[in-house]
Amino acid sequence: MSLLQMENISKTYSGNQVLKSVTLNIKAGEIHGLLGENGAGKSTLMNILFGMPVIHSTGGFEGNMTFDGKPYLPKTPMDAMKMGIGMVHQEFMLIPGFTITENIKLNRENTKDTFLSKIIGPKLEKLDLPKMKEESKEALNKLNMTVDEYLPVAGLPVGYMQFIEIAREIDKTNLKLLILDEPTAVLTESEAAQFLEVIKNLSNMGIAILFITHRLDEIKQVTDSITVLRDGSLVKSIETKNVDIVEMARLMVGREISFETSNKKEIDLDEKPFLELKDLYVNMPGEKVKGVNLKIQKGEILGLGGLAGQGKIGISNGIMGLYPTQGTILKDGKEMPLNNPREMLNNSIAFLSEDRKGVGLLLDEPIDFNIAYTSIEIQEKFIKNIGPLKIVNGKEIKSHANKMIEDLDIRCTGSNQYTRFLSGGNQQKVCIARALTLNPEILLVSEPTRGIDIGAKKLVLDTLVKLNKELNMTIIITSSELAELRQISDRIAIITEGKVQSILPPDASDEAFGLAMAGKDISEVVD
Amino acid sequence: MDIKKIYEKIGFPRLIISTFLIILLITAATLKLPMSGIWQDIFTRFGMNAILVLAMVPSIQSGIGINFNLPLGVIFGLIGALISIELGLTGFASLFVALIVAIPLAIIGGYLYGLMLNKVKGQEMTVGNYFGYSIVSFMCIFWLVAPFKNPELTWAMGGSGLRVTLSMESSMGGVLDKFLAFKIGNVVFPTGLILTFILLASIVWVFSKSKKGTAMIVAGSSEAFAASNGVNVDKQRIIGIVLSTVLAAIGIIIYSQSFGFLQLYNAPLYVALPAAASILIGGATLQKAKIIHVIIGTFLFQGLLVVALPVINILSEGSMAEIIRIIISNGIILYALTRKAGEAA
Amino acid sequence: MMVPIVFLVLCLGGFFLSGLPVNFLFNEMVFRLSRNLILVLSLIIPVISGMGLNFGIVLGAMAGQIGLIIIMNYNIGGIGGLFLALLLSTPVAIFFGYLVGKVLNKAKGKEMITSMILGFFANGIYQLVFIVLAGRIIPFSNPNMLMSTGTGLRNTIDLNIVRKSFDGFIFSGITSYPIFTFIITILLFVGLYFFLKTKLGQEMRAVGQSMHIASVSGIDVDRTRIISIIISTVLAAWGQIIYLQNMGTLNTYNNHEQVGLFAVASLLIGGASVDKASWKEAFIGTFLFHLLFIISPLAGQNLMGNAQIGEYFRVFIAYGVIGVALLLHAWEKNKAITQLSDI
Repeated sequence: MSLLQMENISKTYSGNQVLKSVTLNIKAGEIHGLLGENGAGKSTLMNILFGMPVIHSTGGFEGNMTFDGKPYLPKTPMDAMKMGIGMVHQEFMLIPGFTITENIKLNRENTKDTFLSKIIGPKLEKLDLPKMKEESKEALNKLNMTVDEYLPVAGLPVGYMQFIEIAREIDKTNLKLLILDEPTAVLTESEAAQFLEVIKNLSNMGIAILFITHRLDEIKQVTDSITVLRDGSLVKSIETKNVDIVEMARLMVGREISFETSNKKEIDLDEKPFLELKDLYVNMPGEKVKGVNLKIQKGEILGLGGLAGQGKIGISNGIMGLYPTQGTILKDGKEMPLNNPREMLNNSIAFLSEDRKGVGLLLDEPIDFNIAYTSIEIQEKFIKNIGPLKIVNGKEIKSHANKMIEDLDIRCTGSNQYTRFLSGGNQQKVCIARALTLNPEILLVSEPTRGIDIGAKKLVLDTLVKLNKELNMTIIITSSELAELRQISDRIAIITEGKVQSILPPDASDEAFGLAMAGKDISEVVD
Repeated sequence: MDIKKIYEKIGFPRLIISTFLIILLITAATLKLPMSGIWQDIFTRFGMNAILVLAMVPSIQSGIGINFNLPLGVIFGLIGALISIELGLTGFASLFVALIVAIPLAIIGGYLYGLMLNKVKGQEMTVGNYFGYSIVSFMCIFWLVAPFKNPELTWAMGGSGLRVTLSMESSMGGVLDKFLAFKIGNVVFPTGLILTFILLASIVWVFSKSKKGTAMIVAGSSEAFAASNGVNVDKQRIIGIVLSTVLAAIGIIIYSQSFGFLQLYNAPLYVALPAAASILIGGATLQKAKIIHVIIGTFLFQGLLVVALPVINILSEGSMAEIIRIIISNGIILYALTRKAGEAA
Repeated sequence: MMVPIVFLVLCLGGFFLSGLPVNFLFNEMVFRLSRNLILVLSLIIPVISGMGLNFGIVLGAMAGQIGLIIIMNYNIGGIGGLFLALLLSTPVAIFFGYLVGKVLNKAKGKEMITSMILGFFANGIYQLVFIVLAGRIIPFSNPNMLMSTGTGLRNTIDLNIVRKSFDGFIFSGITSYPIFTFIITILLFVGLYFFLKTKLGQEMRAVGQSMHIASVSGIDVDRTRIISIIISTVLAAWGQIIYLQNMGTLNTYNNHEQVGLFAVASLLIGGASVDKASWKEAFIGTFLFHLLFIISPLAGQNLMGNAQIGEYFRVFIAYGVIGVALLLHAWEKNKAITQLSDI
């Protein structure tokens, strides 16, 4: 008998189907692994299971769920919690200024009646601190944690925080299912090992665990069964003992792609590199880079792949100097100044940010200004000199923008439309138009197709290939979608834990990619 | 559909205030109030106040938001005017010396203030407001002990310190208002005053179209975007606040010469709010401001005050006009503060 | 603790310069503390809920004055009248607090400047009601309250029928000190202390530390913030009534204006900050601020030969201390952001 059944779950976000009839069964007390690349639909599935408001504010979902033998349709996370489902999010939900006890008991405090609470209501009940402390201790004990419950959370090691989050969940008396989203990502190796022990203990206590991680060896080590998602569809549900790590990797990545191999260039690695990164460290929150060495040849398209949070996005941002960076960047053998976006632009290196709305665009300025701005600032294009004054030439900007709008098929009401009102795909085209206007030697592109529809995706990728072919522009493309990297890149570097895991040709096997993303070399596993 | 679009284009506050103004104008006409006097006042008060409102433009454009610390610039303007009067200058000479003294002071003061604001990003308006109050109350002490000797400036009967209100009759009073002034019917058009505003507004406009100006506006619109395009955001913000402070200094000198009196002590406190209200009424938001917002806003706001006063004096008591001013100016600022970025004002 | 120490030194220096007799100072301080502590207290809860310094207590002060105006109109004096004023002002303050809370929820991150402007705005409405509408649309049965024209409340209203009725309640036969007021003040301080240990108090602390985490944990953030402002506004209304009964006259159009300024400055001088405040800071700050207030004109007179300098100086101190506190707070916050990105 299953504890949780999710049957034929489908979900569409504004016309874009992200889950296609997915089924997931979890037995009471089992540890179930959920596997999939970024964008495979894991988060959406979890959001549905946990009743997140984002699901219901976008039109709900299709399919049935039963939990503990009863039909289950959570409208809010509170409903899910009441049923006995707990979730530990990837980002910590701990209040730094509160003590461990206060955090474990957040909004579930033990209270005692007071004179006023009897008149006005339970909100004025007094906190029962000794009881709170006692119960917190109990929960922490179950996790083999000994720590003073009255310590504030701020300043504790990250590993402790993870355990406090779990303690909060198991302190809920009716907990039946615990969802752990990438729980080991922030842990050191020894903490992770301890953590896996704890998970097994919890499962022995009868709590089912839904374990989301990219670390395949952990999945293999602790789970009883796994479910693999890919592109919003169920690939396979299988008992863990019947599958090995290589097979898991293949299931996760594999897809039918027609390679136009004729398009690929041969990269001569013996030539002097055009751009070289030596021991690059970038402190980008959530995407830290911890010592990357890479050589990029002139005229190639290099793909940077890997799972979210592993640091692939930090590389381009670090090269541009948008986050604190250390190490050495050589362009054409010349050392580049670090942490200085302007110098990078002056050296003909341009960047399309993954944060289109925050970094890539001025949302409340028109399209033409967005396209022209970098060239105005860096190259003094579109400038009229009137005496000592450098005046921006509005007419020239407009005619240039109109040409770009036509070339890239930007759907808009005119070049004076604010970019805020464009669709994601058209916003991205505006960003590309800006890079085109600048005509750099090296173009860094980060997540160019995130959140845009298929038609626009193709156009964006085609444009990048065209720039590479026709202008011999060197392109470094960072993407969470391995498929598109394999489609256009000449080489693909997979980044895990802030370092280059391996550099693969686009036609390498699915297993090789899957394992690299899980932090393994195929040669290590298959021996 | 179309009506809705027009409504969105005009915006709720402007619609209310224009309607109100039109009703007042009609009432004034039916009450047979002297319209020529009203128009005269509107033009003059527009010219007096528009530069102070203009001072909000660079501050909003550079991302600092409303410059609640307008009193800082005002104080430098007052010092300039005081020194010019102390020297016993008259006419245009008096005006120019006041400006020549005030502008460098405002540049230095604005620069230092800008350095400080860069340390408190996100809280500029709150900090600026209290910084302004502090400076004004500090200057109150200064006015008491300042070593000015000209009898025009000090109390006639012994008492120490400067007077609260100083007449500019014998110095620069009205020089700009009278410059090239002409008469249409009974209305004397203050040509010099309006021309001064046009000149300064053109400078601000040309700057906003220049390479330096666009960098400032970009820094103000999105720090992340600007930084990724190699713009030094902190520097742009300092440029914005220096411009704003200088315009405030010029603004108060122009205001005072037209008003005929220099007001010291607590008077500078009451400069920032009406200026903020005017530009917001004109259609600016906390993120975006243009010259046209200054013109529309100052016209509507001053027009309202000018027309409201006589009309209400007949219909109700005098303090009503002041009350309306308080409610409208603070109401519009409140409205702007509770909008999210991207929502039109 | 730096701030209160600096001000203590300033006060001591001023004290010697002023040459005021200790006796006089003590009496003056007792009354000033009794009439200001509750107003300062009213600021603490919004600070804890993360809404910063609530300049909107001006609206609470107005609610208190409305209560007093009503009892004055019907000429209900004595301690009964005062309690009636407290009772009447409460629903008004709750309503005002609700409105302020609503507005501040729309201006998250800009609460302080918004509450300040809201105070100015409310002042306009207040004047509209009591200058223009009073006597014309709002009937007043007591003609002594109105100006000679028959519309608009007088600028000053003599509160003789409730003067010191609260201060002297029960203990008036024994001493002229405001014992009863102090007892109530202490009760409110103790009440605040216990309130912060209740479920609701804990929710407010959680909201104050992180709205996001509080809301994920199922706490209704907006509602909690509104309740916090309501409590603050009601306390301010009561505080203003107690303040005015001690003063004995109501300056209809001025009394509430400076309430926010002086209370906020007091709290900050006590060492509180925009996101941290407790009863200790309220008490120490009120004491130091008012001590400075009494002695600075005389100290100015003796030092510079000009009493006005002292007056301006204390205004400068009030504004300056708020300015510096806000500056330091914003500075710290910004530093914290850049430190995160240190390698």
